[in-house]
This record gives sequence, C-alpha cells and structure tokens, in this order.
Amino acid sequence: MSQSLITTNKQRVAGAADDSPQQYLTFSLGGEVFALGILNVKEIIEFGKITEIPMMPAFIRGVINLRGAVVPVIDLSARFGGAASAVSRRTCIVIVELGNGEDRQDLGVIVDAVNEVLEIPRADIEPPPTFGAKIRADFIQGMGKVNGTFVIILNVERVLSTEEITLLAGMSSETSSEEQ
Amino acid sequence: MDEITSVFVTESREQLATLESALLQLEDNPGDSDTLNAIFRSAHTIKGGAGVIECSYIVAFTHVVENVLDKLRNHEITLDSDLIALLLACGDHMGNLLGVLESGAAGPDDDLASEGEALLKKLQSDPSAAASAQTGPPAAPPPLIESSGGTVVETDCWHISLRFGPDVLRNGMDPLSFLRYLGSIGRIERMETLGDAMPNADEMDPESCYLGFEISFSSNADKAAIERVFDFVRDECSLQILPPHSRVSDYLELIAALPEDTMRLGEILVKVGVLTQAELEDGLKAQSQPASPVDGTEGEEETRERAPIGEILVEHKVVQPELVEAAVAKQKQVTEKKAAESRLIRIQADKLDRLIDLVGELVIAGASVSLLAGKSGMSELVEATSLTGRLVESIRDAALQLRMVQIGETFNRFNRVVRDTSREMGKEIDLRIAGGETELDKSMVEKIGDPLMHLVRNAMDHGLEMPSVREASGKSPRGRLALNAYHDSGNIVIEVADDGAGLNRERILAKAIERGLAQPGQSLSDPEIYNLIFEPGFSTAEKVTNISGRGVGMDVVRRNIQGLRGSVDVSSTPGQGSRFAIRLPLTLAIIDGFLVGVGDAAYVIPLDSVVECIELATDTSERDYVNLRGEVLPLVRLRQMFGIAGAAPARQNVVVVQYAGVKSGIVVDQLMGEFQTVIKPLGSIFRHIKGIGGSTILGSGEVALILDVQALVQRCASLEESRAGNATTPRALPSSTRN
Repeated sequence: MSQSLITTNKQRVAGAADDSPQQYLTFSLGGEVFALGILNVKEIIEFGKITEIPMMPAFIRGVINLRGAVVPVIDLSARFGGAASAVSRRTCIVIVELGNGEDRQDLGVIVDAVNEVLEIPRADIEPPPTFGAKIRADFIQGMGKVNGTFVIILNVERVLSTEEITLLAGMSSETSSEEQ
Repeated sequence: MDEITSVFVTESREQLATLESALLQLEDNPGDSDTLNAIFRSAHTIKGGAGVIECSYIVAFTHVVENVLDKLRNHEITLDSDLIALLLACGDHMGNLLGVLESGAAGPDDDLASEGEALLKKLQSDPSAAASAQTGPPAAPPPLIESSGGTVVETDCWHISLRFGPDVLRNGMDPLSFLRYLGSIGRIERMETLGDAMPNADEMDPESCYLGFEISFSSNADKAAIERVFDFVRDECSLQILPPHSRVSDYLELIAALPEDTMRLGEILVKVGVLTQAELEDGLKAQSQPASPVDGTEGEEETRERAPIGEILVEHKVVQPELVEAAVAKQKQVTEKKAAESRLIRIQADKLDRLIDLVGELVIAGASVSLLAGKSGMSELVEATSLTGRLVESIRDAALQLRMVQIGETFNRFNRVVRDTSREMGKEIDLRIAGGETELDKSMVEKIGDPLMHLVRNAMDHGLEMPSVREASGKSPRGRLALNAYHDSGNIVIEVADDGAGLNRERILAKAIERGLAQPGQSLSDPEIYNLIFEPGFSTAEKVTNISGRGVGMDVVRRNIQGLRGSVDVSSTPGQGSRFAIRLPLTLAIIDGFLVGVGDAAYVIPLDSVVECIELATDTSERDYVNLRGEVLPLVRLRQMFGIAGAAPARQNVVVVQYAGVKSGIVVDQLMGEFQTVIKPLGSIFRHIKGIGGSTILGSGEVALILDVQALVQRCASLEESRAGNATTPRALPSSTRN
C-alpha cells in the first residue's frame, strides 16, 4: 500500500504568479535534476505495485490504485528516450494533475528521488537551449539557475500531453503482438 | 442556470411527455375526460412553474394553450384530429421554449418566436374557440330539469369563486378595490378568504398575490354586471359565478374546478355556500359524539360511530347527497395525489453516483477483509465476514436498484414518432410495445434513446413497405412495428422488429463489394452479410429521406451500443421482416467476474461470458486449438498475446468463453475463482486499447485488468490473419517518442 508522503494543496492563485517567484518541485532522474511547477503536483507517493498494461509503449509503466482510483503511471526516463528507470529505495511516484474541468486527469510519474521544493525567481530562468539537452526541446519550459547549476524545468502539458500519449498508446496497441 | 430553473426545466419536460402521451391517448378515445384533465393539469403546471421563475415567454404561450384546453374541458369546443395535431405541435414548441430557457438565452430567437405566433394564431382562429372566448357560460340558469342532478340548492345568493393571479399586485391592481366595487352593486353576505396558495414565508414573493375568495353575494344585478366588476383583472384571475338557486350539478362542477388541495369536506361545503358554519358545526358535533341515544338502535349507533361527516350532514338533511359525493371524491383525489407524490424522491444524479462509488469501495474493502479472514484461519471471524459480505452484497444490489428505471417511458416516446412519421410517409403502422416494465440503468436509458430512435426510423422508412405494396404481397396493409424488452441471462435485450420486406441480401453484398468491405466470390453467411450494414459509411438507401439516411449511420448505432458494453445483432427473413436485438449489460458499474492469473498478473473475465474451465492437456502441438468434446476450440494464449514474461507453468488452464454464439478458449496459468468486480474506467489515454475493457481493484489493493473477450478474440484472429497474409515480420514497436 502506498503511503502519502507529501500532499500539496493545489490552489491556483490567479494573476499572482506572473512576476513573483514560483515554486517548483525538484527531483532527480538518471543523475540529472529536473523541476516541475508545484501547481501541477497533487501528491507524492511511495513506489508500490504497478499493474502492467499489455500492448503499451515502454514509457507507460501501467496503472496503480490511488485510493480507489485507477491512475496511469508514466516512466519519465523512458518518455525522454532513455532506458526504463530502475526501482530503488528512493523511487517515488509523483501524482500530477493535468487539464481542467471535465478532462481533468491524474497521471503518475516515476522519478528516482524527490529532492525539495524550491522558489525560482523569474529572472533566474533562462530560455531552453535549442539543442544539447538530449530531450525534446518542447518538453523544456526553461532552465532554472539554482546554486550555479541548471535545473531543467519541464513543460508538464507537453511531457504528459494526454493526446500524444493516447495516440502513442493506440499505435502501440495496433502494432504490438505476441512478438513483444 | 440556477437550481430552480433546472428543476423547472426537468419537471416541465416530464409534464410535456405526459401531455403528449395523453394527447395521443385522447386521439383514440376522444371522450375521455380524465385524460383531458391530465392534459390540462400538465399545461397548467408548466404555466405555473414558468410564472414562478418569471419566464414570460413560456407563460404567454402556455396561457393560450391552456385556454383552449379549458374550453375543451368545458365542452365548448370539440376535439378533432386537427386540433390534436395542433396541440401536439404546441407541446413541441413548449419543449423548444424550454430549450431556450435551458440554454440561458434571453428569449426565443426570431424563427422560434414566429413559429410560436403562427401556432397561437391557429389556436385562436379555431372558430368555436374564438366564439366561446367572447361569451362565456350562459348568464341565466337553464330551466330546471327533473333529474337527480337537477335539485336546486336552497340559497338565494350568487356564488362567486375568485382566484387572483400572481401578477395582480405587480400590475398595480389592488384585490381589495374589486371587492369594494363589488359591494357597490349588491351585498356581500359571506366571504371566505383562501390563503391555500400561500407558500412558506421564506419562499413567498411579497409582490405576488396568492389570494382567493369565495363570496356569497346577494344582488339584483345580472351576471354580466357582476363579471364587469372584474373586467380589469379578467385575464389574471379565475372567476366562476353561480347564479342563485343553481342546480346541484353546477356546484359539483365548481367543487371539481377548485384548485385548492387540502380542504376538508366541511370547509369545502361552507366555502361553496351550500352550508353555513353553524350547520357544519352541528355536523362536526354529531361526528365527535356518535353515541347519541336519541337516534335509534344499537346497530345504527355502530355505523354512526364511523360515519364520515358527509353522511352525517346528509342525514341531518343539510346538504344534498350528490354534493357530498363530489366533495368526498375530491378529497380522495387529493389524498391519492399526495400519496403518489410522497412515494417519489428527487435526488441529484451525482449524489447517487457518489453512493454507488462508495458501495463499490465497500465491495472492494469487503473482499479484502474476507481474504484476510480466510488467511487467519479463525472460523468465527470467517463467519462474521461472510455475514458482512452478504449484507454488502444486498446493499450493492439495493444501491444499483436505485439507478434502475423502467424502459417503458423511452418506448412510449416512440408512439408519437411512429404516428407522425407514418402520416408523413403515407404508411399505416401499428406500434406494439411489450416489456415496458423491464428495468435498466438510468444512464443507459438515456444513451439508448438515440440508437433506438435510429433503428425505429430505419424500420419505418426502409423496412415497412407502402400499404399498396403490402397488399400486393398478401400482407395486411397496416405494417407492424414491435418494441420489446426482456431480461436474458444477465443481459437486457431490446428488440426492434418489423414485418416489412426484410433486408436485401443481394444489395447489401453488392454495396459491400463496391465499398471494398467484402471480396467478390467470398462466401459469407447471412448473419455476416446482415452485419455489414453496421460498417461505417454503409447505406443501401438509394435516396436520403427526411426520416433516415441523414448523418448518423448504423455504424454510429453500433458504436453507441458498444460504448455501453452492449452489442447489436440483426436477423432478417426476406418478405417477413427484420429484427434488431440490442443486448446490454444490466449495469455499468459492477459485474461478476472470474479471476485468472498469468505470471504475476491477474485478469478478470466477465463471468457471464464464461462457459466452463478445463485443464490444458500437456500440449506439444504448435497449433492453437484443442478438442473440446469433439468441437474445435481455438485458443488465445494470454501469455503470448500480452507479452508476459516468464515461462508457462507445467499445468495451464483454459477458460472456455462464449460470445455471440462463438466459443473460444483463453489459456491462463491459474484459475482464482469468482469475484465481484467494480469496474473502474482505465482513463482516456487507454481508450484505443483492444482486448481490455476496464480495470478493477482486488482485495489486496492491486489493480487487475478486465478482459474484453470479444475484442480479444477478434484481435487474435486478425493478428493471425495478417501474419498468414503477408508472412513478413511485424512492424517494430515505436520504442521512443523522439521525433
């Protein structure tokens, strides 16, 4: 059974976010540090038993039971084109809420370890590099400067784009067979 | 839209449905005054509700309709089929107006408004209606007739029943001034003020008038003069005037026409002026002190003891028996209506859904408890949990029952459709409805309406022939269309059957070949050919008519039904008709499942598709079929199909499943038994997945996938076909999302 470590209250403060520093949740994945806007993060849970869904692309790890709701879990490392993350003692699932109103969807994201919640001022965020980050440019919202190093701030709407994932899942379901 | 408006819209739609079905009933049976009253009540309720939410365009329209209905009710005009058609059209227009209100627009757009005006003009141009609108009931009482209803009531006063409309005050008129004016042409003998329409203090609108009066009035003025007093409020009040020495039957009508609900019999009579208060009190006294020894024998006392006040009053010769009967009938009506109302509770759908969700959680939690109890080996605990389990099961059934509604209402909608369409097409069609009491899930009833409508329209348009054609082929000129619903082994079957020409096998096949859905020379069975009509873009109708062939096709019908985890089948006999059978699961939320294991993963197979389980004989064969008591049973190997890691154990099992008459076997590692399953949707990102219908949560908290047997078997077949077809290596997986 997964246990809730941190639960953040997702309250959008309208208009206030523009100039004031925003809060980000940082986590490590394959040795690198990434950041997610805190407003999208619903909660963080311990890595538990994942039910695999057959005939799915590798980055869809499966589904988990989140207090009675069935939530899909995405392997970010595989989504970025790398190998599937190995599960360690510190592996967590970050539950991210996407979309508004009717299309609201919760997704779980596997990360190697959750670091901290940081405030990064606007001025300290650089535009994403056109190449060299080794992940798709549209996945990056910006590069945050924290203690002299760069943190990749992810564009959640693109990384976890429901339409794209649905499309890929559909394609995989069409083509995969017992040769998997 | 605020809450009160949405309640009004929902209720008014129900009233419109009642109105429509009653109008259709009336067409068959024009003299039925009960039905007419029901129609009037529906229109009146809508008008009243619209007044409450201040939706003036609905009030204005409905008012005119109500007037016409009122005249019908008073036999001032006669009912013919044209008028019924007109009233049906008015009902539709009211529905459209409700739609306008629902959409939040300020008022109907020009098209709708002009449509409304045209209808109103037609209604008002009805000659008999127009004439009677001017004159009203005759002023002088007709000569007395020697009949039971002809007894004269012994009062020498006019009786005036007056109900002010809610807008009287708002329009700047003071009810009191009318009464004062009335006093100037005669003497008000007695007056009862009726506050029955007054709502609770917090709901009351101080600008609305809720008052009504019953007035006993002595005057030498004639009826027209009395009516003239109320000229200014004529449109906004209901006024009934009975002349002195009226016949009893007039009073009976008046009693029936009074809108008040909770009047006690005595009060009604006092208010009508037949009785005085003193006479009523005498009667009441007699009722409360039954054993008056003066009044005769013991037996009589017995009856007296239970005698209702009406009888006592009659016995005392205070009122005529007819009057009492009418008043009793009204009182009874009121109580019956009350009882029917209290049997229904309106609940918001999401509250019900929440309850069912919670019950679902309870089922899951219960499964987990009984799992642990079984492991603990404590027999008392096991016993207690099994009792709890039984109760949870009953709660589950009861909760699901809450969502069940009868399909009859949906079916009855088609009366109108069939009536209108058959006239439009010049066909004669009888609609027969059976099994209307069959219950199914409310959300399913809502979603099945459109596919059903499509099938019915198709049957009328393409299935049933013109009367001349029918007669030529030796059939009755009246076509028969049957809607039927019944339960069948855990499913609900809804049938749409006609006795028309049947599906044209050759034309479907030709069309399918033209569309590339079938190969020429391919031998197809009849059911296979008939099922081709469900393919996208398939229409054999040469011409697109108003009735069918536009927009939605049979593929949409099938998709909608599959969306409800159902299926649709068609069978047809040339010249005898065709029959569409829609199969739906009883509920969308919970199914009985059969739990199986492959490797570490657990899967649920819907129990109603499982036929039996057998052990897979140690097979060395490459082929994926086994011999099931002489039958060839094709196998789906779940381990390979789903790419599950690990080698198969020495002993595997086969779950024999059946869908739409075809058996196949699913090869799994373990059989884990029956299991109640709450279906959890997998989320939109998995909507293209084939072979998996949903998920559920096991007692252990793990998620298990529910297999969609039909899709799984189809997928297996198509994979095999494509492999055999091009014998090339399958395309590689899109392993990365990099572009």
